[in-house]
Amino acid sequence: MNLTMTPQEDKPAPAPPVEPPAVPVRVEAPAAPQSRAAAEPPAGAPALTVRKLSVYFGATQALKSVSLDVAVHAVTAIIGPSGCGKSTFLRSLNRMHELVPEARMEGEIRLFGQDICSPGVEPVTVRRRIGMVFQKSNPFPTMSIAENVTVGLRLNGERRRSVLNDRTEQSLRMAALWDEVKDRLGAPAISLSGGQQQRLCIARALAVQPQVLLMDEPASALDPLATSKIESLILELKKEYTIVIVTHNMQQAARVSDYTAFFYLGELVEFGPTAKMFTSPAKKRTEDYVTGRFG
Amino acid sequence: MSATNHRWRKFKNVLMQAVALACALLVVAPLGLVFYHLIKSGIGSVNWAFFTQLPKPVGESGGGMANAIAGTFILLGLAALIGVPVGVLGGVYLSEYGSSRLNWWIRFAADVLNGVPSIIWGIVVYALVVVPMKGFSAWAGGIVLGMMMIPLIMRTSEEVLQLVPNGYREASLALGIPRWRTIVQIVLRTAMKGIVTGVLLALARVAGETAPLLFTAFGNRFWNHSLSDPIAALPLQIFNYAISPYDDWHRQAWAGALVLLLLITAVNVGVRVLTRDRFQKPA
Amino acid sequence: MAKAAAKTELQAPPEKLVQRRWGDAVFERTSLLTALSVFALLALTGYELAHGSRLALHKFGWRFLAGSEWNPVSEQLGALPFIFGTLVSSAIALLIAVPLSIATAVYLTELAPQWLRQPLTLFIELLAAVPSVILGLWGIYVMVPWLREHLFPLLKTTFGFLPLFQGPIYGVSMLAGGIIIAIMIVPIITSVSREILRSVPGLQREAAYALGATRWEVTRIAVLGYAKKGLFGAVILGLGRALGETMAVTMVIGNTPQIKASLFAPGYTLASVIANEFTEATTDVYLSALFEIGLVLLGVTILVNVAAQLLLKTFGGPGVKPQN
Repeated sequence: MNLTMTPQEDKPAPAPPVEPPAVPVRVEAPAAPQSRAAAEPPAGAPALTVRKLSVYFGATQALKSVSLDVAVHAVTAIIGPSGCGKSTFLRSLNRMHELVPEARMEGEIRLFGQDICSPGVEPVTVRRRIGMVFQKSNPFPTMSIAENVTVGLRLNGERRRSVLNDRTEQSLRMAALWDEVKDRLGAPAISLSGGQQQRLCIARALAVQPQVLLMDEPASALDPLATSKIESLILELKKEYTIVIVTHNMQQAARVSDYTAFFYLGELVEFGPTAKMFTSPAKKRTEDYVTGRFG
Repeated sequence: MSATNHRWRKFKNVLMQAVALACALLVVAPLGLVFYHLIKSGIGSVNWAFFTQLPKPVGESGGGMANAIAGTFILLGLAALIGVPVGVLGGVYLSEYGSSRLNWWIRFAADVLNGVPSIIWGIVVYALVVVPMKGFSAWAGGIVLGMMMIPLIMRTSEEVLQLVPNGYREASLALGIPRWRTIVQIVLRTAMKGIVTGVLLALARVAGETAPLLFTAFGNRFWNHSLSDPIAALPLQIFNYAISPYDDWHRQAWAGALVLLLLITAVNVGVRVLTRDRFQKPA
Repeated sequence: MAKAAAKTELQAPPEKLVQRRWGDAVFERTSLLTALSVFALLALTGYELAHGSRLALHKFGWRFLAGSEWNPVSEQLGALPFIFGTLVSSAIALLIAVPLSIATAVYLTELAPQWLRQPLTLFIELLAAVPSVILGLWGIYVMVPWLREHLFPLLKTTFGFLPLFQGPIYGVSMLAGGIIIAIMIVPIITSVSREILRSVPGLQREAAYALGATRWEVTRIAVLGYAKKGLFGAVILGLGRALGETMAVTMVIGNTPQIKASLFAPGYTLASVIANEFTEATTDVYLSALFEIGLVLLGVTILVNVAAQLLLKTFGGPGVKPQN
């Protein structure tokens, strides 16, 4: 794993005229006591290194020079009021933002040190290593449960029955769905309940063996019981994967994440260990938000 | 005063509803009449021989339209070879790619093409295929019907592809599946039923076309042995028999018309019944 | 089983990030080409017809459009009788079809009881699917005799003072052609009008109902007023179909190249003369003249269809789709 860290390259973002200057605060490592940039070098290198990321849709700037590191085998939560750019940030991490015709991006994103935005890199390859789960569960309606799990592999050329079968079971087990569906793998995916469908979508994302899993409000359309299943699944998954989750639910962020980033109006206001963000945030705006005073 | 006004308004309301109902009935009356007369005059000649035998020479009664029925299906097959891939892929482009400006023009051109009289297509293919090949042929007939299918299928395919929720495209792309595979194996597969419906309706539409076949497929009283030879088609045969002076041929024309209309109606009714629950959205 | 599964790696060995993929580019270009084929087809159509008619264009020039004689033997060829026939038969068709279609569309969207709407719509779609040649067959053997025996004599005795309804009755006639075209274009005008009326916002209706209007008044004030432009587009679209309608007209119009005031007299249309004489055209000039008739027909129908599409597309129908 070659690692070319560029330390201290992130100067404070150019301050917008009205808003208080947003200084992206970096946390380099798990368990850093202070959320200052000069923290300990990481125990494991960060999985994703984002530097000065700006995203524009046509004339509007949706993200303003965001810099942030995503730690390996940890859950990083992105919170903020709607329209703050948290979804845009998540989607730019595996270049899904490019599906919007007028989208444009500046800055740098590195996956284990490799630039994923350089001209020669196809989004297809990036997305195989950085998977995504969406707000609304979207299993393919024409396919069975098993077909849904293996679709990414099959469409990328994997034909061996044994590999596909193994991967189906493995992914469904990882997604804590195996026991519920093992007797009806051939049933249509849309026969599952909402929560099961979402776990199927997680299994589908896991089956292509990504290194990072992005989750865009994965439980917001689910009932409390299904939500708690997804949450315990996330805690389970972080042992093997690096997870970035967008959520509008602060209790959820507090429950599942190790690090929390607070976005506001396209800027990263504060980033730090979750415990600290929710107890003694450095910024007034963060405090207002996590205590429910605005947003 | 006010009461009479009110009564007048109510009366007018009832009157206009009655007038509109009468118009609606008048509009569908020809459909009933056509069916009635086709069955009355045609059913007697729809028999085994009609489907299995060649036309008899003038003066001999009996015979059938086997060659024309087969010819129609051959022509539809050739037409589908051209119209389906080009139409469906064009619909894919309109739905999945392209700038909205370019796509507006493509849609516009397709809609204008749909309004070009079918006889014009006949002339174009005559100049394009018949003259260079030095003769009427099944190829020419298939090509002309295929060309007519392109804008029809393009528009219906685009419509059903746009009904596919965007979440499926995103989910597939997020798995690292290339866009074209996403389109072919996720989007098209999800919309397959609608696309097949569109294709069937387009086939039903061109199956009854006569004018463009007059100087392309031309018609043939015998079996067609080569796609480079003229070929019979049901609508052509109906036309030729209808304007002929022989009673026996008239009966055959009615029978042919009955068979053709039943086929077309069956497809139309069938796809409408089958696609009533078009999109089961995921729960 | 569980053990076997556990053996596979959880994470894929890192693949090279930089690799060239051709699939997307090839697929997008191919589908672009197929989409652009509509332009190619339009251009091809115009080119082939212009190319085929160059002989006639050269020989007759503009006189072709004004010449009222059509004599292939002496090669005196003028298209006026056909232009006249096309215009008159289409005008008759519109006169009959427009009120009927719009009334039917109004009935279907505004007035009819719910249970009747679906079957009625299906019948209209089925009527649209009846091939021209079948309607023509029915026209020759059912409609024309009936017109000859019943409707035409009635018209003659009632309106005989008008030149339109004078002269001998043959049955096959301009009027018969107009009626059969009307039957053919009613379904298209009806279904397009129905779409237009359905796109009238419910608020328009509610506003009128709130004023205490009756159902008919709501329709007249809120719906028809709002939809005027779109309905006009539907009518023009119907006109485009009427001008190019071929087989059914050919079978009942009488196919006589003449210009007569009487609607009982046989006529001829642009499309019919092509259908009847194209394969019999013995000389190059004759054939070329038929190409030129096709060119005229194409030009007129394209103009009419462009107008119709512009009216329908600017009516605020389905807007530009959101790009993904």
